[in-house]
Amino acid sequence: MAWVNAIIQGVLTGGLYALFACGLSLMFGVMKVVNLAHGDLAVVAGYVAIGVIAVTHIPVLWSFLIVVPVMALLGYVLQRTMIQSALDRSVLTTLMVTFGLSVVIENGLLQFFTANSRAIGTGLPLVSGSFKLGSQIQIGYLLVVVFAVAVVVLLGLQYFLSTSKYGRLIRAVADDREAAQLAGADYRHVFGIAAALAFGTVALAGIAYGMYSQLQPTTGTDTILLFAFAAVVIGGLGSLWGTLLGGVVLGVAQQIGAQINISNEVLAGYIVFLAVLVLRPQGLITRRAQS
Amino acid sequence: MSEPARASQRGAAPSGLTSDERQRGARREDGASKRPGGERGPEKGPLLEVRDLVVHHGQLRALNAISLRVFPGEVYAIIGANGAGKSTLLRTIAGLHRPTTGSVLFDGKDVTSLRPERRATQGMVMVPEGRRLFGSLSVEENLQVGATYARPGPWTIELVYQMFGWMRERRNQLTAQLSGGEQQTLAIGRALVANPRVLLLDELSLGLAPVVVQRIYGMLPQILAAGLTVLLVEQDVSQALRVASHIHCLLEGQTTLESRPADVTADQVEAAYFGLAGTTMSGSEQ
Repeated sequence: MAWVNAIIQGVLTGGLYALFACGLSLMFGVMKVVNLAHGDLAVVAGYVAIGVIAVTHIPVLWSFLIVVPVMALLGYVLQRTMIQSALDRSVLTTLMVTFGLSVVIENGLLQFFTANSRAIGTGLPLVSGSFKLGSQIQIGYLLVVVFAVAVVVLLGLQYFLSTSKYGRLIRAVADDREAAQLAGADYRHVFGIAAALAFGTVALAGIAYGMYSQLQPTTGTDTILLFAFAAVVIGGLGSLWGTLLGGVVLGVAQQIGAQINISNEVLAGYIVFLAVLVLRPQGLITRRAQS
Repeated sequence: MSEPARASQRGAAPSGLTSDERQRGARREDGASKRPGGERGPEKGPLLEVRDLVVHHGQLRALNAISLRVFPGEVYAIIGANGAGKSTLLRTIAGLHRPTTGSVLFDGKDVTSLRPERRATQGMVMVPEGRRLFGSLSVEENLQVGATYARPGPWTIELVYQMFGWMRERRNQLTAQLSGGEQQTLAIGRALVANPRVLLLDELSLGLAPVVVQRIYGMLPQILAAGLTVLLVEQDVSQALRVASHIHCLLEGQTTLESRPADVTADQVEAAYFGLAGTTMSGSEQ
């Protein structure tokens, strides 16, 4: 029964990891940018949520209504300015620029908000409550909700990408930037929209993690970014549903590892990650073939 | 033959179709023959003009002071061998390359510093070499992307479907499932739905069977009937001579011949194309 419990917990945690990963995957898939500040931006979103809740007194759960648009706007602006000018030089430059951004964000947070950890919505029944399945399996409401949010986000992204005008342009620009320009599309604007989408998911990831655990200035790189990378690589680069599968595989591996020995949790996740890199480097789900 | 062919053809004013009466001249010259004299389109200015364009690829000078004027309703063909600079010229006109010096004018306005997408929305739309369809998009989505920033005009996705029935039937397929000719047709359709004023066609015949090339060029009259101007780059000279109202031959980045097809002999074209002695401007070859 303990093993079943581990698997259920792992699957549900996978939803959280998918939230971490889908924005990273989207930005890589569309503009070939590996955003090393991805995790830190999630932490920033969490801090913004804490601030918004403190100032406006809106219910914790609705804070995303403010934080997601704010982060999306930040994503558009960052993409059109810093990231685009790095892209104009080379894709490698974007690595350095986003790494620099990551360092600046972490130290900025340390400077202004200290190294204390902060949580979002402690004491809420949703955050601390759970229900029982049988006698041994206890499932937190929060993980179920986060998993559902992840599925809704992925469905929404897929729907947007496959049916909307800008979704189509995002895919077209990802396929062939120059041909899209010849069709009249300003790829910089399209990149900005893709970044806004990615940052919107980052905001949700930050809030979710702040409720699930605690946020510190370093959480972005030592947890969120690494798990996001692992989920993306396991699932398959550039595949949205791959991030959910990757997140679930990572979560299950961690929980099973923890079941064997609690200190093995993180290690087990990375062993699976390395195994996928060696045995199936393209990831579990590969993108549709291109002409 | 010592005089450059270019000079002998440029200002000459043979009205009507000339003596040697090759069928290729007779077939499509009615548009051009309406205009009196050697100066084309006297009442209207050129729709597209290139002035002294110099383009470098790194250290290499790919184009050397190229000038051309394309008048409304024309089919203007740039011909030349591999590496002559044809595609570079077309890509520079479309905005994908920055010229070192010189300018590109569209409808009298200088567009040299405009980005390609701005040129496209103003009515200069290019069908790039090698089709360059969006591989993860369906046939219909490719057309929809082309129509996203369309100018107002007659072309719609529906009209393209009417012209090419197979496209409607296969609209949900990925472009990789299409044959080369179908892909090229779709690439043209994607450009048409933007309602261009000038259609820039880069090497339509590349990688296609001759019979398919014939069929694709056979569509040109229909396209022109909608009031389009066409600037095309073509390696296949006989094909270009058949459809063009004006030809412009490049050799190693230089203009070697500019004329109406009816006004030149096959020998002159061949000489300009290959740069045979006596016909190039410098005579440095051979």
